[in-house]
Amino acid sequence: MRHIISILIENEAGALSRVSGLFSARAFNIESLTVAPTEDASLSRMTIVSTGSDDVIEQITKQLNKLIDVVKVVDLSEAAHIERELMLVKVRAAGKDREEMKRIADIFRGRIIDVTDSTYVIELTGNGSKLDAFLEAIDRTLILETVRTGVSGIGRGDRILKV
Amino acid sequence: MQLTGAEIVMRCLHEEKVEYVFGYPGGSVLYIYDELFKQDKFKHVLVRHEQAAVHAADAYSRSSNKIGVCLVTSGPGVTNAVTGIATAHMDSVPIVIISGQVPTAYIGQDAFQECDTVGITRPCVKHNFLVKDVKDLAITLKKAFYIARTGRPGPVLVDIPKDITNQKCEFEYPKTVTMRSYNPVVKGHSGQIKKAVQMLLEAKRPMIYAGGGVILSDAAERLTKLARSLGYPVTNTLMGLGGYPATDKQSLGMLGMHGTYEANMAMQNCDVLIAVGARFDDRVIGNPKHFAEVSRKIIHIDVDPSSISKRVKVDVPIVGNLPDVLDELQKVLEASAGVPDPKALAAWWKQIDEWRGKKSLKYKQGKEIIMPQYVIEKLYEVTGGDAFITSDVGQHQMWAAQYYKFDKPRRWINSGGLGTMGVGLPYAMGVRFANPKATVACVTGEGSIQMNIQELSTAKQFRLPIKIINLNNRYLGMVRQWQQMFHGNRYAESYWDALPDFVKLAEAYGHVGMKIERPADVEPALREAFSTKHKNDLVFMDFITDQTANVYPMIAAGKGLSEMILAEEL
Repeated sequence: MRHIISILIENEAGALSRVSGLFSARAFNIESLTVAPTEDASLSRMTIVSTGSDDVIEQITKQLNKLIDVVKVVDLSEAAHIERELMLVKVRAAGKDREEMKRIADIFRGRIIDVTDSTYVIELTGNGSKLDAFLEAIDRTLILETVRTGVSGIGRGDRILKV
Repeated sequence: MQLTGAEIVMRCLHEEKVEYVFGYPGGSVLYIYDELFKQDKFKHVLVRHEQAAVHAADAYSRSSNKIGVCLVTSGPGVTNAVTGIATAHMDSVPIVIISGQVPTAYIGQDAFQECDTVGITRPCVKHNFLVKDVKDLAITLKKAFYIARTGRPGPVLVDIPKDITNQKCEFEYPKTVTMRSYNPVVKGHSGQIKKAVQMLLEAKRPMIYAGGGVILSDAAERLTKLARSLGYPVTNTLMGLGGYPATDKQSLGMLGMHGTYEANMAMQNCDVLIAVGARFDDRVIGNPKHFAEVSRKIIHIDVDPSSISKRVKVDVPIVGNLPDVLDELQKVLEASAGVPDPKALAAWWKQIDEWRGKKSLKYKQGKEIIMPQYVIEKLYEVTGGDAFITSDVGQHQMWAAQYYKFDKPRRWINSGGLGTMGVGLPYAMGVRFANPKATVACVTGEGSIQMNIQELSTAKQFRLPIKIINLNNRYLGMVRQWQQMFHGNRYAESYWDALPDFVKLAEAYGHVGMKIERPADVEPALREAFSTKHKNDLVFMDFITDQTANVYPMIAAGKGLSEMILAEEL
């Protein structure tokens, strides 16, 4: 099963390596990992997407909690939540492809944020499958470069992860 | 008052009432050693290799529950210490390691004797710190001691760049420390404790399985009280020996890969199991699938939630500090109207006594060749069962665990988790510093002892009257045993073609050496070594033992608890 785990961790040097080191040392799987400071600069928030049986996910949350710098751990996928990922795609956009590319970007509510004579950079947010769908929808040979941030997640409604 | 970083290190160690620092000087820690030279509140023990400094600090802690402290320099000082740190980490021993680091401005420049200490040690410490500002030094050391000793204990490393040790700031040692990210659970959940008592009282075939947590948390007395008020059988893990008196009739001895027949059979066949500070590791329950074939209810008490339901499913998890949880369990038990079912319990004990009848630890001692088991039995007799026994890793370790009956906690000091050869001698040193009047024996083999043999020199410098019991079979015995049993008798690199004359070697270091080759000489030699004649001497006893002796019972790797190989079956 796919799980989205959110972590609040002390914003100290090496905090990220403690988490990523734990995953490799215990052979846990990481699909994506994102991290950035929160509104309180002393804390970082991490979102990890991992897959595993319920037993494995239970161990992951326990082991994360055991890290001295970790303040809180929540498995977002236990209840209603929202996940978003940002993708930037650089595509060839010349001649007949130029108009078509703009049209598909609009359909996916993407934004063109850089333009040259022959290329666009398209910004797209959504869950992972939406981003995958966009890449499927455009002509593969036109993709020059893609970069994805990995998933960020947040609980719906009253579910709040805060110190 | 403004103090330098090095002075602050001293003041912090004084505040923590540190008695000994085990260490080795070097470039990055010279300011610290300079201040160490000027103080006399703690003594420094100069080892001959940094690995031994950590092992000694580790055993100092294991044998006393005071925090062992070591001090090493940057680069190779730290990398040499890593084996010691990992050893302490696997057995959850609270120690604090202070390491020097190259000056802040040099970090990342591939400077002389630089290594990424925090990176290298991260997976084998409970926590580590790199101090980047002298103003953070005191609070960091305070946190290090606090983290090491609380919750599930473990090693904590503080890496201090050289320039920090020479910079000044105001010093005040914080009285308390609070960390929003670290708040170990102490009290167990009362509802779960009530459920556990209910389950224990309803048991027909109960079993108490006690691990190293009982020793680490000083819960042996409470466990013994609980076990006696229930009248249930108790088995101890390798790390838990001494947590329940081995000579008591309720004790089934050690369980696991080389556990007794009765302990393993009772563990497999019980209907209610209470695990106390133990973690169901592979050397204890063997194959978890085989273990799960018999259904039983499991109560698991541990301070570390991640130890619970890691390898086996648990019905009643209780997270908390063992002494607190056991006190609460005892209270609920005494307040409860129920009592264990006497009929069922009598039948269960009858079954256990039948298993005991197998006498799975029996062996034959002839007239010609010394059996290693015999040496341990005689060691037990000669020391009145009251010595501190350290061991190295291998067959001798298992024989010491099987044949020396530990009635008290913190008397059995060995590397259970990491299985580090070479710990025995530095462990004996650490034990003796923590217990300056105690009888300390190191049970070792000719393989293990050579891994830290240089510490014979430290033992001489500090006049440590350790008795070394070297069970010398000219083989890496446990490797040879596995090669015999599972690798078609191909003894790849497990035979020693050249061994030193251990008697001369001991004498060269200024100690007493003895070579014992005949069974009849075992007891007289031990009596002499432990007599007042040698009360100030380190005595190195080289016992020439049977080359083919194997450790039994044995559960082969991947097999189940009831699939033991017994000596008689071969």
